[in-house]
Amino acid sequence: MRLRQAETVVEMRGITKRFPGIVANDRVDLRVKKGEIHALLGENGAGKSTLMNILFGLYQPDEGEILINGQPVKITNPNVANDYGIGMVHQHFMLVEPFTVTENIILGKEPKKGVRIDIQTAAKEVEEISRRYGLKVDPYARIEEISVGMQQRVEILKTLYRGADILIFDEPTAVLTPQEIQELIVIMKNLVQEGKTIILITHKLKEIMAVCDSVTIIRRGRVIDSLAVADTNPDELAAKMVGREVSFSVDKQPAQPKDVILSVQNLTALGSRGVKALNGISFEVRAGEILGIAGVDGNGQSELIEVLTGLRKAQQGSVTLKGVDITNCTPREISEAGVSHIPEDRHKRGLVLDFFMSENMVLASYYQPPYNSRGFLNYQAINKQAERLIAEFDVRTPSIHTQARALSGGNQQKAIIAREVDKDPDLLIAAQPTRGLDVGAIEFIHKRLVEQRDKGKAVLLLSLELDEILNVADRIAVIYEGQIVGIVDPRETNEQELGLMMSGGKRMQGGSGDE
Amino acid sequence: MNRLAQIFVKESILVPVVAIILGLVTGAVAMLAGGFDPLLAYQSLLKKVFGDLYNFGETIRQITPLIFTGLSVAFAFRTGLFNIGAEGQFIMGMVASVYVGVMVDLPFYLHAPLALIAGALAGGLWGAIAGWLKAFRGVHEVITTIMLNWTALYFCNYILNTFLVPKGQQRSEEIKETAYISVQWLSEMFGNARLHWGTLLALVAAVVFYVLLWKTKTGFELRAVGFNPHASEYAGMNVNRNVINAMLIGGLFAGLGGACEVLGVFHYQAILSAMPGYGFDGIAVALIGGNTAIGVILGAILFGVLTYGAAGMNFGAGVPVELIRVVIASVIFFVAAHGIVKYILKPLLSRKKEKEVL
Repeated sequence: MRLRQAETVVEMRGITKRFPGIVANDRVDLRVKKGEIHALLGENGAGKSTLMNILFGLYQPDEGEILINGQPVKITNPNVANDYGIGMVHQHFMLVEPFTVTENIILGKEPKKGVRIDIQTAAKEVEEISRRYGLKVDPYARIEEISVGMQQRVEILKTLYRGADILIFDEPTAVLTPQEIQELIVIMKNLVQEGKTIILITHKLKEIMAVCDSVTIIRRGRVIDSLAVADTNPDELAAKMVGREVSFSVDKQPAQPKDVILSVQNLTALGSRGVKALNGISFEVRAGEILGIAGVDGNGQSELIEVLTGLRKAQQGSVTLKGVDITNCTPREISEAGVSHIPEDRHKRGLVLDFFMSENMVLASYYQPPYNSRGFLNYQAINKQAERLIAEFDVRTPSIHTQARALSGGNQQKAIIAREVDKDPDLLIAAQPTRGLDVGAIEFIHKRLVEQRDKGKAVLLLSLELDEILNVADRIAVIYEGQIVGIVDPRETNEQELGLMMSGGKRMQGGSGDE
Repeated sequence: MNRLAQIFVKESILVPVVAIILGLVTGAVAMLAGGFDPLLAYQSLLKKVFGDLYNFGETIRQITPLIFTGLSVAFAFRTGLFNIGAEGQFIMGMVASVYVGVMVDLPFYLHAPLALIAGALAGGLWGAIAGWLKAFRGVHEVITTIMLNWTALYFCNYILNTFLVPKGQQRSEEIKETAYISVQWLSEMFGNARLHWGTLLALVAAVVFYVLLWKTKTGFELRAVGFNPHASEYAGMNVNRNVINAMLIGGLFAGLGGACEVLGVFHYQAILSAMPGYGFDGIAVALIGGNTAIGVILGAILFGVLTYGAAGMNFGAGVPVELIRVVIASVIFFVAAHGIVKYILKPLLSRKKEKEVL
């Protein structure tokens, strides 16, 4: 039984927040009832994070008011938010890696015994809180030694330790494995049973249907609707969020694989910390198919992509593209050989955020004609190309002379995809192409990937989202500790089996372990 | 008229102007505290600089090397590097050009250009050493450029002592007249102020700075690497080569500045007991100028006027030199810490922004 009181704990009235050139929140109303899980649903750039940052005291609203338990309040900074019992679990964890769980939780609010920190008492308290809410953690483990799911629990414990009654979760499942997501759902249900209130920022409809009581949909800074989850369905929510009908399943014919485009044999490479990240990995991608690589983050995916695109040196093994050896070639040589790359971190690799969109659209081709003539850049040609790509891929930007920084994540990603697909590559490597994007943008990107495949190109899709892999890939290779532990057909597998393989619990035919 | 007003209300201009005013006010407070008349002091400063043609010409002479070193630092900044080494590059430029000026015999249309090129290259290569160490050895350029400043200072004195300074003297022989870049008629017009072609070269260098960074393929790469080396690497650019190039080009600017100082102003090179200081002032100039070509020129003018006019403040108002450095420092402080200025201007600017939104 869930506590169902009609009491409103958080009320935001007529919140308006303007940034130069954009209204991020336009007279937004939000009412969250005590003891419920309230979803805040919206596309990227819709304004849900802005709204929560206002509630958490990171931004000040231009207009409107906030009421906590019916009292009007001014939340000028996160400390004030803490005093009102509001805690936030950020998407990117804010933890000190070499510290223990307990040390991280008490950081900034340490219990003192004289001048010393009373770690014992603190650890006991942490254990007590974690037992009460079913958050299993070892209070003495170091952050760097525990899994991502565990780290998230530490973040949750941090807010609870500070006495939070209202917890804001910012896209908490983005970094979790399917099993960890199940565990998190149980945790959230425990929390509300103990009288806590949760606001969940998300664009994953599945999660809303699974745990939430009510949902407020925001589109382009405005509240579209606020309703009870029991009275709605995913299709309706998606349509309200995007403003049109969206299809979830990817429309595609069975793949018609042809010649081998990419062949990876016994590849070995070191990771950033000097440990072996790739352990003799082997696989092939054929023309006209999408090979999906599934795995828990940190099992060599990033290193694999970097070696394939020339950003990291391989120690052993070979990478062959259309029969030509490209092992340890430079990024430019590999790109010119016919490989396009949608990088997993668009801010780090994909874009120069301080450059105009126009400059970003020719980031890898600026040195070729017509953009470069005798060392001078032809801005007319560059602008023309940028205008064309932006129109063709529906990148929403005020102008091509806008800094990439100013665009929403979805539009930044669309721009990268426009640039990479336009190269007409033989092999398209897409690393987490939809990370952090909303359903509308995801649908668009998946369509483009399938389109490439149907044009007879090879596509290598790397994703941490099982749904994405299952929907888009024609074959799924599961990576575990730098090896492929199995290649399966998405029509004949399910999340449980994949999850088991991803955690190293099961090896299949085609895995390098069998050879 | 309206457009002109708009330009001046624009934040990018408003902030430095307010910063300079705040700096001068702070300097005035310091002078008042020391028992000096700030109004008289500033008056004497202006009188010194604009009072007569000779001093005006000498102010231009003072500004010229600051443009070069300012461009040097700004160029490196644009590519994500902190070039503290404009000083050493400037010194290398001086010594190379004085060497060519003294030791080589050529007609003037070859001699002066050769001496300039030698100076520029010496500065450029000096910068490139730091670039190479950064690219291939991972040594931070701040460390290496500071060390290279001292290396340049003593290396310069060694070269002077070994080859160029006659026994018992403290300075090199005069360079040959064929290597002069002084402008005789202009100097005469300005009461024999030491005016030279280097000033024109500095302005040309500022144009080159702009064109190179914003109109060429090389500049595209340099800026991309400066903003985001990871994305540049992804896009197939050679990050290491660009780091070296950036330091090389930055060094060229500083080296050219050093050459002009020798060939246009002194016509000899004295043994250095300390750093000439133009390189360090270049850091401040680049900072004041927001690392743009036009900004560097304006920054150099401000800096040059303040330093040259300082003598007037000392003479006219009795303000001691130390206090004058305080005034200059407070101007730089406010320009560099433009966050403070923006904070002060905030109520004014936000009102304007609201209007824009509506």
